[in-house]
Amino acid sequence: MTFVDSTRVAFAALVRYPLRTGMMLLATAIGVAAVLVLTSLGEGARRFVSGEFRSLGTHLLIVLPGRVETTGLGPGLMAGETPRDLTLEDARAILRSPHVAKIAPLVIGAATVSFAGMEREITVMGATASLLEVRNWKLGLGEFIRDQDWDLASPECVIGDTIRREILGGVVPVGQWLRVGERRCRVVGVLAAQGMSIMVNVDELVIMPVASAQQLLNAPGLFRVLVQARGREAVLPGRLDIERIVAERHRGQVDITVIAQDSVLSTFDDIFGALTGALAGIASVSLLVAGVLIMNVMLVSVSQRTREIGLLKALGASRRQVTRLFLTEAVILALFGAAVGLMAGFAAIGALRGLYPGLDFAPPAWAVLGAVLIAIGCGIVFGILPARRAARLDPIAALAGR
Amino acid sequence: MIRLEALSRTFEVGSQVVRALDAVDLTIGQGEYLSIMGPSGSGKSTLLNILGLLDTPTAGAYWLDDVNTSTMSDDLLAATRQRQIGFVFQSFHLVPRMTAAENVELPMLLAGLPPAERRRRTRDALEGVGLMERVDHRPAQLSGGERQRVAIARAIVMQPKLLLADEPTGNLDSQSGAEVIRIVESLNARGLTLIVVTHDLELGGRSRRLLRLRDGRMVEDRPQGGAAGT
Repeated sequence: MTFVDSTRVAFAALVRYPLRTGMMLLATAIGVAAVLVLTSLGEGARRFVSGEFRSLGTHLLIVLPGRVETTGLGPGLMAGETPRDLTLEDARAILRSPHVAKIAPLVIGAATVSFAGMEREITVMGATASLLEVRNWKLGLGEFIRDQDWDLASPECVIGDTIRREILGGVVPVGQWLRVGERRCRVVGVLAAQGMSIMVNVDELVIMPVASAQQLLNAPGLFRVLVQARGREAVLPGRLDIERIVAERHRGQVDITVIAQDSVLSTFDDIFGALTGALAGIASVSLLVAGVLIMNVMLVSVSQRTREIGLLKALGASRRQVTRLFLTEAVILALFGAAVGLMAGFAAIGALRGLYPGLDFAPPAWAVLGAVLIAIGCGIVFGILPARRAARLDPIAALAGR
Repeated sequence: MIRLEALSRTFEVGSQVVRALDAVDLTIGQGEYLSIMGPSGSGKSTLLNILGLLDTPTAGAYWLDDVNTSTMSDDLLAATRQRQIGFVFQSFHLVPRMTAAENVELPMLLAGLPPAERRRRTRDALEGVGLMERVDHRPAQLSGGERQRVAIARAIVMQPKLLLADEPTGNLDSQSGAEVIRIVESLNARGLTLIVVTHDLELGGRSRRLLRLRDGRMVEDRPQGGAAGT
């Protein structure tokens, strides 16, 4: 019996029992669709997070004051020392490293902003001209902070789009004077609306020269120093350089923490990759359940078709041929179930994309391939038992329907 | 063609041993037409099953074309059934979801004949039983006599040497039964060995040789005039 013939016979048998076939198709389809939808959720979350980190800019190192110790008490704490502030001088020193391309020292605090009777508590960020490039932000109107001496506390500021809309209202923003805390600043530019960028809502920021912000917030130390390395290969030596430079200036103490954005990104990638894998595992259980269902229904089918099997044997069908016929049925079911599941899964993912346009839901290729392969594998593994039972039937008893 | 030597078949039913066939000796030549008769439980169905290689004897030997069938593997037995033996059952045993043509095609499908050959033989076989206009009908759309004629077409489509019929007219009215008998006897007339198991005295009387079984033993084996061909 050729492959085409056995497939045709098996297919005809499946078409003959639409309800039974439909139920098995449904079970397999649900399993495959579940794998697709769940893994695309995990993958969507992973893409979202890594996209956020990418928006920080590439080859980025983040310098934090203080040493983050993972275990026990640090030697500094034992000696009763408090970590030194990270200063603008430190930042200037870091810029001298050959591995460092750009540097953006940051100060962050809260202050009251008022304009024409409107008042609001907002986040003030002290920065330098390089911030725009380092963080990949877009300017909507006017210009960013001038590239000037970092110690110059000039009274100018750049505002986020929400601030422009809600505090300045309809007036032309550039050139207006805002009151920020105890100081005044002239608006020189407006950032384009871009929403969240790693925990900071860019649209609700007021950015001013770092020295201005330090005076305003009375904060001599820096909150962060963002460092852009000269390339991917410069990230690791850059990090060592920064630690060495700061240690030299801080009496040999490495009292800073340097985080490489790439390593944070890969950590999150790993976490979400594992999450996606776990979701795939959970969804695969439903495929396994579908496989067990196929086995049960095939067993019932074998006992219902006992006479037919007896006849096949009387007509000279070998055990192998009978096994193959029933196994072919199981595999056809699995294949069609997988196809229906793929369609349903991608339809559901399309609906999810419509509901949450911000998240890029898409199942990873390995999950699509894996779901289909597991479905077919289940068809074969769980089809073997019923097929073998059919093949072992005694032809005389089977013909008599026993 | 067929030679049985002291052939026995016992079944164990609980603790009892039932002798369905007890030391049967039998020789059948090519082209013979014989009927096997006997009361229920006399062993005639068991004998037919063994002759059709669906069952194997517990003792004795069955020589088919000078080959001892007890030496055959399962697969070889299946292949021999496929090529040499046709079955006609009392309850037809057509596959209900298949058309008449597909039912006839089934053994050729299992044998792996090429599609063109299958179509030709299916047409010839259905023509032979006078069902050309019924090829695309399913069994449920056919009368009993037509179903049995499809079954006969299926039994002979592999061109076997031996046709085994178990109460072939048992489920048919007399007119359809007569038509079925006419067909199988015409096949016998062209050289096919025909063995019919029946209760029916009239049918049993038509063959040229009559076997009578009782309690698994051959109690009668005699030639008779028969009515075949009349």
